[in-house]
Amino acid sequence: MQVLVLAAVLGAMAWLVGNVQSNLERQNINSGFGFLSERAGFGINQTLIAYTEDDSFGRVLAVGLLNTLLVSALGIFFATLLGFSLGVARLSRNWLISKIAMVYIEIFRNVPLLLQIMFWYFGVLRNLPSPRQAVSIGDAIFMSNRGFVVLWLEASAGAFWYGLAALGLVIGGIWLRRRAANAQITTGQATRVWRPLLGLAVALFGGAALMAGVPFALDVPHLKGFNFRGGLTVIPEFVALLLALSLYTAAFIAEIVRAGINSVSKGQREASAALGLPESVALRLVVIPQALRVIIPPLTSQYLNLTKNSSLAVAIAYPDIVSVLAGTTLSQVGQALEIIFITMMIYLSLSLLTSWAMNRYNQRMAFVGNNT
Amino acid sequence: MQMLRKLSAGLLLLAVASFASTPAAEAAGQTLEIVKKRGHLKCGVSQGLPGFSTPDNRGNWTGIDVDFCKAVAAAIFNDADKVKFTPLSAKERFTAIQSGEVDIIARNTTWSMHRDTALGVDFPVVNYYDGQGFMVRADLGVRSARDLDGATLCTNQGTTTELNAADYFRSNGMQYEIVAFEKADESVAAYNSGRCDAYTTDHSALYAQKLKLSDPKAHIVLPEVISKEPLGPLVRQGDAAWNDLVRWTHYATVAAEEFGVTSKNISEMKSSSNPSIRRLMGQDGSFGDNLGLSKQWAVHIIRAVGNYGEIFERNVGVKTPLGIKRGVNALWTKGGLQYAPPIR
Repeated sequence: MQVLVLAAVLGAMAWLVGNVQSNLERQNINSGFGFLSERAGFGINQTLIAYTEDDSFGRVLAVGLLNTLLVSALGIFFATLLGFSLGVARLSRNWLISKIAMVYIEIFRNVPLLLQIMFWYFGVLRNLPSPRQAVSIGDAIFMSNRGFVVLWLEASAGAFWYGLAALGLVIGGIWLRRRAANAQITTGQATRVWRPLLGLAVALFGGAALMAGVPFALDVPHLKGFNFRGGLTVIPEFVALLLALSLYTAAFIAEIVRAGINSVSKGQREASAALGLPESVALRLVVIPQALRVIIPPLTSQYLNLTKNSSLAVAIAYPDIVSVLAGTTLSQVGQALEIIFITMMIYLSLSLLTSWAMNRYNQRMAFVGNNT
Repeated sequence: MQMLRKLSAGLLLLAVASFASTPAAEAAGQTLEIVKKRGHLKCGVSQGLPGFSTPDNRGNWTGIDVDFCKAVAAAIFNDADKVKFTPLSAKERFTAIQSGEVDIIARNTTWSMHRDTALGVDFPVVNYYDGQGFMVRADLGVRSARDLDGATLCTNQGTTTELNAADYFRSNGMQYEIVAFEKADESVAAYNSGRCDAYTTDHSALYAQKLKLSDPKAHIVLPEVISKEPLGPLVRQGDAAWNDLVRWTHYATVAAEEFGVTSKNISEMKSSSNPSIRRLMGQDGSFGDNLGLSKQWAVHIIRAVGNYGEIFERNVGVKTPLGIKRGVNALWTKGGLQYAPPIR
């Protein structure tokens, strides 16, 4: 029976695809994915990789995807940071801190996200002055209604050695911490790793400096014509979207964290206190690791929501994947079926990838404690 | 349980079949029959562009494009109110006509070769000759588009505007940054708040959107026209009869202007002895029959919306807030481009 149903469904899908194709052909509508290699011909105002109007629609896809990833990754980072702080603050015994956290959570999670995006974009950032009257912080950061222009370091060829040094430092740090953890298990002695780490850093970056000298040139923003030239420009669309996504999702994460911490039985705290652990250490080493088991699955959903919600970018002209691919490219090429399909597949892949990573993290956390 | 499964599988198949067969039926060249049977015309318009298609506070639509659809409805039903308007964003419009959601789109849409040949749509006629331009703040000190090097531009997503701006700046060796919004209202709001130095779109739309700014007098439209934007209605490809009907609806209004037939003098004109006017009015020949309409088709159109000159002056002309001169949209007899082939 199930085989029959499956066959019927597959057959229906195949027929549907064939029917769509023949209908498109009969209506003289282009189909296929050939457009991805055609010249795009329009400009995009935030590109993480090199892009000009001469590049292809395939390149547009990559630019849009990276912009989506950028705002999602930073959004997840800030939302998690703020959400955990708020969740802990919500449980604080200090009345004022707890109430402030509560008011924040209730406001931000109960106002629709699109309105919040509009609020930050049209309500707050548009009130900044024009570039010629930009607010400047130490001539390094200029704030105007064109965005934030920041003094930036332009990497030269020598930057490669510094990158190598940084990579070496990360690997060395991980190795040192692992060795210290092993030593604690075998000898019971906690050793601090920052001293050898500092030595390693000095050695590595000293070596890089010997190899390459000063690898950066200062890129100073200066007013020329209509706007600033030079420096790194953070467009206001990005700032508004990142703010809204982080603040909105943080409210949900705070509630998840609160629920997680509350789910750890009181006995665990009391046992920690009986062992003489200070409250902060008990929270960090006993309560939170157990709370994480409750926190991670709903937290994953929030990460997925944040990524998908970033598609609201189109309302304020942030060039994310929906805006440049399912927006501009769609109307230039006109192949709605293919482009919407690509866009859906991209979001699906992003979500599945996030779920997979979070599930792996969850599995590792699941063995940490026993809550009974 | 098994019964239920069978049923749901059957329902799925049915849903799939009905979904897939609808557009095929409409593509068979029967648009006029379908519209007549339905009793009203479904017309896609903009989400609000003064002079072209914009709703007033009671939900009545006005504008050149709205009058175009009203003219088609008048030709078919002798009743210009038998139209339902569907506001569409720039990027929704082609999908809406392809899928059969609307019968015709009159949405200040540029006729380009790609759109005509690759999207399964046809452009029967041009009802407004336009070109892209720029609007800037008067106190910016810019008097020519050539001074816009390094400027930030606000525009609408999904239009030829984005491409033209890219071409213009690149071919003149100028830098620019583009901020493209999904809705015209949002791009105008962003320009108004100073996010951009210039707002770029078709000249007619610049004049229209200028009216929505907080201080319209503080903005100027630069003289340069950087592109050709022949705006016109569009229909699904593959229904030549419907294409003809839409095309001749426009030509009837242009011919009427040429012969001096207006919505006011139309009753007297019926007794005109001029053979051209007699053919237009359906006194001689059977031109309406060939379109699948009544002999009086053109009379119904002109009585309802007037001739092309009246439509132009009522919606965008010098006496309206937009204040646009006829320019290239004047009749060919007056040095413009509006030209109707002979009705004979």
